[in-house]
Amino acid sequence: MIDSIDLSLVNWSRGQFALTAYYHWLFVPLTLGLSLILAFMETMYVRTGDEKWKNITKFWMTLFGINFAIGVATGIIMEFEFGTNWSNYSWFVGDIFGAPLAIEGIMAFFLESTFLAVMFFGWNKISRKWHLASTWLVAIGANLSALWILVANAWMQHPVGMHFNPETARNEMLNFWEVLFSPVAVMKWLHTTASGFVLAAVFVTGISAWFLLKKRENLLARRSIMVAATFGILSSLFLIWSGDQSTRQIVHVQPMKFAAIEGLYHGQEGAGLVAIGVMSQTADDPENENIKDFAVRVEIPNFLSYMAYGKFDAFVPGVIDLINGNPERNIISSAEKMEKGKYAREILKEMKDARAADDFVTYEARKAMLMDPEFQENYFRYFGYGFIDDPGRLIPNVPISFYSFHIMVGLGFWFLAFFILALLMAWRDTLARRRGFLRLAIWTIPLAYLASMAGWTVAEMGRQPWVIQDLLPTFAAVSQIDAGMVQVTFWLFAVIFTTLAIAEVRIMTRQIKLGPKEGRK
Amino acid sequence: MRWKLNFIFLRSFPLFTPRVQENVFIRIFRFYYDGFRSMTVGRRLWLIILIKLFVFFILLRLFFFPDFLKSRFDTDKERGEYVLEQLTQ
Repeated sequence: MIDSIDLSLVNWSRGQFALTAYYHWLFVPLTLGLSLILAFMETMYVRTGDEKWKNITKFWMTLFGINFAIGVATGIIMEFEFGTNWSNYSWFVGDIFGAPLAIEGIMAFFLESTFLAVMFFGWNKISRKWHLASTWLVAIGANLSALWILVANAWMQHPVGMHFNPETARNEMLNFWEVLFSPVAVMKWLHTTASGFVLAAVFVTGISAWFLLKKRENLLARRSIMVAATFGILSSLFLIWSGDQSTRQIVHVQPMKFAAIEGLYHGQEGAGLVAIGVMSQTADDPENENIKDFAVRVEIPNFLSYMAYGKFDAFVPGVIDLINGNPERNIISSAEKMEKGKYAREILKEMKDARAADDFVTYEARKAMLMDPEFQENYFRYFGYGFIDDPGRLIPNVPISFYSFHIMVGLGFWFLAFFILALLMAWRDTLARRRGFLRLAIWTIPLAYLASMAGWTVAEMGRQPWVIQDLLPTFAAVSQIDAGMVQVTFWLFAVIFTTLAIAEVRIMTRQIKLGPKEGRK
Repeated sequence: MRWKLNFIFLRSFPLFTPRVQENVFIRIFRFYYDGFRSMTVGRRLWLIILIKLFVFFILLRLFFFPDFLKSRFDTDKERGEYVLEQLTQ
């Protein structure tokens, strides 16, 4: 069956999942970051007793509510897709996904929905301090909800804390804490939530800049920029640090992704970092369209080695080293991994056939072999390679990975500079005169979304062909369903989510134009 | 003494303040009811949420997204065997 997989089915299923995830992610980061900004603003209100802070908080809370209401439940579609389009994957991951997602559901329901209502309806009904506590709990709940989803995603990038049960064909969790506190999971959560903080800070600064341009709501705009820019600077610094840490992890757990995002084909000591690069339109390797060399590049010598290993002369493996192997550097070839993977699959098949033939001796022997830790370490960890017939398929799309990564990083540094400038101007009270900067602030809002989407593109496109790193390739994870049906639902989602996105923008822009309730005529 | 402390704690929420001996469920209901009634932009949002949930959970889930394995097999054993077959062919 796997040999005869319909690639259009795989591509449409991937396209559908990507579409759903991108649209879902339009709403999530603003919820993560804006909830904290609201909490800071309301804290200012409670501490100072200044009613103007309350009005400011309520204005941003309305925008938060719009984003939350339109975005809520958009993520559930991905769970539907797991069961319908990705049944092999859903079964194979076993309870590893179930536990974090169940906790997320409970946490999201109790923390967010309970305190969200108190936050919106509780003004003047409960004490200031209890209202503030509700706002903080909404912010904490939203960010903790994200943790569980990201733990599940991190496990796919770096599967730990489980073992494969050959009898049920499922992975079983051995150590919940190892899954939860996997360094990849922790850093992914920190980096992703920090990106949400930065996006929300850009959003608040941009909308406030619009008010200043229109010479409206001067106090709200200035105070909001002060809070957002300060929060943005701290979040950007944290984002850069966590991004750096994540990249250092990728070197070890997903070296092919690292080579792809850095555009490094041939491994070298003292590898240079391509700060800016344009890839050639012609394929460097005629047998693999994913490999394209640079037409133009600006490189910082030795810096990639330093970033990856903390040493300027360290060896960094490139795409070709990872495919062909490099015995001097103890890098085994993809051909060898494919052999080991095929052997693991063969043993699994023999176990399955023996069970069907009631040959219990062979069945027990093969099962014991598959459960043997040594076999798992030396063979089963390459199980996914057993599906691969061409080493070229192990290379992700290098241009997409490279550009997405560099767009994300470049914009990340721009956001830091942007917040510093905004804070300085707000501090000196010169913002209202800097109309060019105010326009730039508005245009930085879509750039924040672009950077956020680029980050997910790096994470998900860069790890191809794997849906679970080294264990299950994407094409083996799909259900055997009609590709036409997936196409229908793809377009259905495109229409539904585009409608929701338009509704979000229209309702939000209308609300922004109206301004805070207290200032309306 | 303990009930007094609890009372003081709960009194800080007007929601839980006994006004006319209403029980806690009625007060919670009233809290939400008053909240929804005083909404302006929120009413339209709730309409969007309800339409969205209907489309997601009723239309999409029932007609377009059946669980592939659950709809074809009755037991986990059969599902496991099917996936094993898929992974080894």
